[in-house]
Amino acid sequence: MSEPFPFSAIVGQDEMKLALLIAAVDPTIGGVLVFGDRGTGKSTAVRALAALLPPMRVVVGCRYGCDPAAGGKWCEECRARVAAGTLKAPFKSRQAHVPVVDLPLGATEDRVVGALDLERALTQGVKAFEPGLLARAHRGFLYIDEVNLLEDHLVDLLLDVAASGENVVEREGLSVRHPARFVLVGSGNPEEGELRPQLLDRFGLSVEVKTPMDLPTRVEVVRRRDDYEHDPEGFVLKWKKDDGKLRRKIETGRVRLASVKVPDTAILRAAELCLALGTDGLRGELTLIRAARALAALDGDAVVGDKHLRQVAPTALRHRLRRNPLDDSGSSTRVERALRELFGA
Amino acid sequence: MNAGTQAETSLWSDAVLAAALFAVDPVGTVGVSLRALAGPARDAWLAMLRERLPPAMPVRRIPLNIADGRLLGGLDLAATLEAGRPVADRGLLVEADGGVILLAMAERLTPATAARLTAVLDTGEVALQRDGIALTSPAQFGVVLLDEGMADDERPPAALRDRAAFQLDLTRIAMRDAVATGPTPATVAAARIRLPNVSASAALAEAFCSAALSLGIASLRAPLLALRVARAAAALAGRDSVSDEDAALAARLVLGPRATQIPAPPQESDAGEPPEKKPSDYAPPDATGESSEESSVDAERPLDDVVLEAAQAAIPADLLAQLRLGTGGAAGAQQSGRAGVSRQTAVRGRPVGVRRGLPQAGVRLNVIETLRAAAPWQRIRRGARLGASMPDGMPRRLEVRGDDFHVTRFKQRTGTTTIFVVDASGSSALHRLAEVKGAVELLLADCYVRRDSVALLSFRGRGAELLLPPTRSLVRAKRSLAGLPGGGGTPLAAGIDAAAGLADAVSRRGQTPVVVLLTDGRANIAADGTGGRAQAEAEALAAARSMRAAGFTVLLVDTSPRPQEAARQLAAEMGASYLPLPHAGSAAITGAVLASTGPVARVTRAQ
Repeated sequence: MSEPFPFSAIVGQDEMKLALLIAAVDPTIGGVLVFGDRGTGKSTAVRALAALLPPMRVVVGCRYGCDPAAGGKWCEECRARVAAGTLKAPFKSRQAHVPVVDLPLGATEDRVVGALDLERALTQGVKAFEPGLLARAHRGFLYIDEVNLLEDHLVDLLLDVAASGENVVEREGLSVRHPARFVLVGSGNPEEGELRPQLLDRFGLSVEVKTPMDLPTRVEVVRRRDDYEHDPEGFVLKWKKDDGKLRRKIETGRVRLASVKVPDTAILRAAELCLALGTDGLRGELTLIRAARALAALDGDAVVGDKHLRQVAPTALRHRLRRNPLDDSGSSTRVERALRELFGA
Repeated sequence: MNAGTQAETSLWSDAVLAAALFAVDPVGTVGVSLRALAGPARDAWLAMLRERLPPAMPVRRIPLNIADGRLLGGLDLAATLEAGRPVADRGLLVEADGGVILLAMAERLTPATAARLTAVLDTGEVALQRDGIALTSPAQFGVVLLDEGMADDERPPAALRDRAAFQLDLTRIAMRDAVATGPTPATVAAARIRLPNVSASAALAEAFCSAALSLGIASLRAPLLALRVARAAAALAGRDSVSDEDAALAARLVLGPRATQIPAPPQESDAGEPPEKKPSDYAPPDATGESSEESSVDAERPLDDVVLEAAQAAIPADLLAQLRLGTGGAAGAQQSGRAGVSRQTAVRGRPVGVRRGLPQAGVRLNVIETLRAAAPWQRIRRGARLGASMPDGMPRRLEVRGDDFHVTRFKQRTGTTTIFVVDASGSSALHRLAEVKGAVELLLADCYVRRDSVALLSFRGRGAELLLPPTRSLVRAKRSLAGLPGGGGTPLAAGIDAAAGLADAVSRRGQTPVVVLLTDGRANIAADGTGGRAQAEAEALAAARSMRAAGFTVLLVDTSPRPQEAARQLAAEMGASYLPLPHAGSAAITGAVLASTGPVARVTRAQ
């Protein structure tokens, strides 16, 4: 699969696409969870994202992909090189793809966190650290398909690293820590098992995807897929322009993000909404504001307004509602209802 | 008899065609879900398939419960130790690249294994991240799911069935029916060469989509697979473009078996224009002129109708019956209570993986994994122990440290506890109580066989009473049943609450509770013990909702002589299955309960 399906060629599923774009603009949003029906293009969208993201700069010679502009967050190796004088400003950097790393279900713990470099240990008897998937995902995305089937001990490990932004490996004679800040993207099918609440809460945004049930959309999905399978290169070329537009949108969105204003009224609105829905903790409000700000940056708006809050509220809040035994409607409906009450029709 | 054999013969000829089509394009059509017990019919089909695949094509059989190391690959321990450098073991899936894999006993595949397979099917490669090896190898193959399930809910994982183009059922095929032989291996080989150049009209995708929608097929993979099968069919027939015949065949093989509803007759569907108009509405802008011409050639019979008709002809015969009973669509939701939830335990059950950890009490050491973890360290450790010099002539002793220890984790199915909640009030019970008692006794006998337990709650007068705590003892249960008194008011809310409480206690002990509520739904005693129908009913509904929130499997049997709206509403609020049994005797109740709670239903029914 050299040419992934183009992101802009995905039919419908606007909420999922928007959530991924928001995470691309503001990686601190805390990850995206995509749950829903089979065959709705969940993993297609995530893999397409890799080709869409604008490239980044990394310090030359750094195996963790440190950002030359963020010296304070460097890995130990880069810092050691600076201290030893082998790495001097202006730091040489090279362009690299933003990593979108697949965490396959059969992965073992040593490959996820990193472990002894097998080759060198066996052939030279040297004890060296071989970085794992978490290191590779640094500054990018870590994607877990069927996240609800991931083994518990791996889930615990991920939670820990995602929360601290740092991977710590302590094993006989190996004591390594390196930065591992990534956007966790999980997808799954709820029929195959629920997600543990701790992991659920860790995702900033949550998207529900459904199979489209109207004929024109369905025909378009099947047609594009069929075209793609018949001529991947030609198909990707056809959508190159649209993908390019989206890429520029992400780039300008990132630049604009810092200058987007969040007025007190918007913060108040977000608080009201969370109060009305009874979401646990502050995380919901924080994510809601951040997502709204990223959306405003994407849309080219200077100030966060009701329209942004409204659009991202279901994605930012639906997985944070407490189960209410007296209200059996789905959480999406509840968010919609609260939005109608607060923001008007 | 004659007609029956005829139907079976056509079943077989479809199976033969499917084998040929799959052999033309195993990767594109992804798979065949083959439902049949091990036997001559299945062997004949598999032999036929094998014959039609190129002789050099790898065909690998994958046993159930295969370990990740063998499925995906990993570190080859023996070779690594011998060679003194890491040697990767190619997994079965990589070995099967460009070929076909057979999954034995696919109906028992776990979702976890299925997810590993679907990831490989979707990406066409195995991403190995195990035992210190990171490797991506191509792995494109077709899958044959050998489904030996017998009950309706014994099926290969939906994620795999959804991806497989063909769903065949050979359970009723006898050797004498297996006469048709189908396209020869040479034809199939020729079709394989022709396939990349087969074109399909733009209208075809739409015809498949529209047929899938009216048959109630939600997945978008179905029309896509139908499209690929239609191309393979054209190639097999020696055509360079897909004809109506090929489209009809694809619809029959791919869409028919997936139908979940009988399409409404055209005059009844008022949502949208007649199908003939549709093609022009959303033909893609890039649709070539020639393909739209092609579709308009046979204007006398729209492609949509051809496709839908063909698919309809292949709808499983028992679908109508299932739909009438209302079990077709809801089957998924009710499955949770059938086999008990599986949970992780220390030492028993099916192994589900290995993790690093010390072999403490009750946890089993996995020797191979431990050695695998220790292997790369040997040189370093020996070097550290002996100082810098490392004489090669030293007797070698394996150095294993605490960090290397790996333990196996197990998963075990837990038992089911059926909680009977019997409405013993005057309104409901008096004349039904005997039947209910009989039903519970029959169920008890069945639970005894299954090693499941039973509990009995009754509510009447002012409150609920636990007559029988969860037990497997037949004698005790019979005794407490015999003493079950009847009469009085109906404190329904109290009954439901007591059931929820007991179900909660049962699940805390690691068992899976199934609640069977036998009532007429007419509450008239409030929780505080006072009379009053309105308040009692409101409370019952509230109790029902909290029962639903707790997520237990509930079956509500309406025991009133005429089915009651109140009971139906209660069932809806509870998220329960609703069974009106106006004239049922104990045997009928038993049958119904078993049908929705246990796969062992056949045991009792066969008596």
